[in-house]
Amino acid sequence: MSVAGAGAAITRVHQQEWARVVAALARRFGDLDIAEEAAAEAFAAAVERWPAGGLPPNPGGWLTTTATRKAIDRIRRENKRAGIQKEALLVHDDHPPGPPGVIGDERLRLIFTCCHPALSSQARVALTLRLVAGLTVAEIARAFLVQEAAVGQRITRAKAKIKAARIPYRVPSTEDLPARVSGVLTVLFLVFNEGYLATGPGTDPVRADLTAEAIRLTRLIRALLPGDGEVTGLLALMLLIEARRTARVSPSGELIPLGEQDRAAWDAALIAEGHQLVRERLAAAAAGVAPGRYQILAAINAVHTTARDARATDWSQVLALYDQLARLDPSPIIALNRAIAIAELDGPQVALAAVDRLEHTLAGYHPYHATRADLLRRLGHSQESRAAYDKAIELAGNTAEIAYLTRRRDQLR
Amino acid sequence: MQYLVSVIDDTAGLATPDEEAAIDAFNDRLQAEGHWVFAGGLAAPSTATVIDNRGGEALFTDGPFVESKEYLAGFWVLEAADLDAALKLAAEGSKACNRKVEVRPFL
Repeated sequence: MSVAGAGAAITRVHQQEWARVVAALARRFGDLDIAEEAAAEAFAAAVERWPAGGLPPNPGGWLTTTATRKAIDRIRRENKRAGIQKEALLVHDDHPPGPPGVIGDERLRLIFTCCHPALSSQARVALTLRLVAGLTVAEIARAFLVQEAAVGQRITRAKAKIKAARIPYRVPSTEDLPARVSGVLTVLFLVFNEGYLATGPGTDPVRADLTAEAIRLTRLIRALLPGDGEVTGLLALMLLIEARRTARVSPSGELIPLGEQDRAAWDAALIAEGHQLVRERLAAAAAGVAPGRYQILAAINAVHTTARDARATDWSQVLALYDQLARLDPSPIIALNRAIAIAELDGPQVALAAVDRLEHTLAGYHPYHATRADLLRRLGHSQESRAAYDKAIELAGNTAEIAYLTRRRDQLR
Repeated sequence: MQYLVSVIDDTAGLATPDEEAAIDAFNDRLQAEGHWVFAGGLAAPSTATVIDNRGGEALFTDGPFVESKEYLAGFWVLEAADLDAALKLAAEGSKACNRKVEVRPFL
């Protein structure tokens, strides 16, 4: 096998098998630290051996066996150093291995543990990217523009808490499952959003690696929990946003708003898949299952991606979906997005009145000022519009968005 | 596995009769279900004395070791299988005593 071919094969195996190997070891040794280190060593051994010897017939099995040996070696070394004979099995897991099948998949335990509500949101994101997605500490640090040492410390501290406080390594009970799944989805959406609207002056405006990773993990969760409507909804939402990724930033690095994008540049395959998932949830909704926020957001994106051009957008459908969303989650951010639909249906004057009512809660949120600036511009209030653009530019963190807002402001007469 | 559930207070008031009744009911349940190890309410921080006998001669200082708006008003020591079980009990404890609580594992 060529070196490049082996490299691609190892990357593929890494994506497919990393979480499985970590999960199997975490289960066997009851220690995430050992699981992570041994999995990393096993993949390092694969990188060393596979290019020359070729891939083993069962790469996943080879990796798990190799990692298990590395873990046992480490435990023996540590026991020898400590001068005590300790049980190799440190598991505090009173649940027998589940039956083979989706819900019994070891990776689910891993995901739920990494996204445990007793961990900080930053720690959940870092742990999930490290232990489930298999990103290195350096990659996570680069993605979130923080020091490598800070990410390393965050992960170490979280693993220590899981161990000391005995955060259980299991899939939550049916009773707790909806709330815990929602916690997992929050982490995945955070990762996706950071990729989609990357912050910071030195980064690409869109981090395709992060959006791809978030989609990959959400696909995994959907494979594990196919009946969960919100998981399906979040996957559909991500796919429909991802489909527009390349059309969303101009060659000069400026954000192109939805209404001005070249729709022929959208990814038709991703849109078709997203629409299929939305239809699946619409059928469930018709059968009486109330949709959650991700399903409604996905439906809104389905309306946008169905329109042949911006003028063909069914805004009354968009507004109806935002009304439904606002009943579920009366947050000012949803009210702001709803106002954008109102502007299309009832005109910018009515929308501006709705937006202005949000000032006390959204004054520090740049989309609030960007939306106001746009409405004021359409109403011909140049001076107020300019002030709103200034405020939006000051608060925005994404380079493409700043470039777009700046051009709009400078075009005001 | 044992957990310390600390009751965090920022008011000067003691528990009201309603709160006391809810705490009693919660304690009965803890005992009936085998989670109970120990629990107690504490007098005001102003009644504390700090002792330092590291230097050979014991020094006594009036007042709590740290002055803060929030203080420890009482605690439970609970037996629970894991953090999920402890967090569930602590959430009920918080409701019963109508105060914030903090969960911390024993070593």
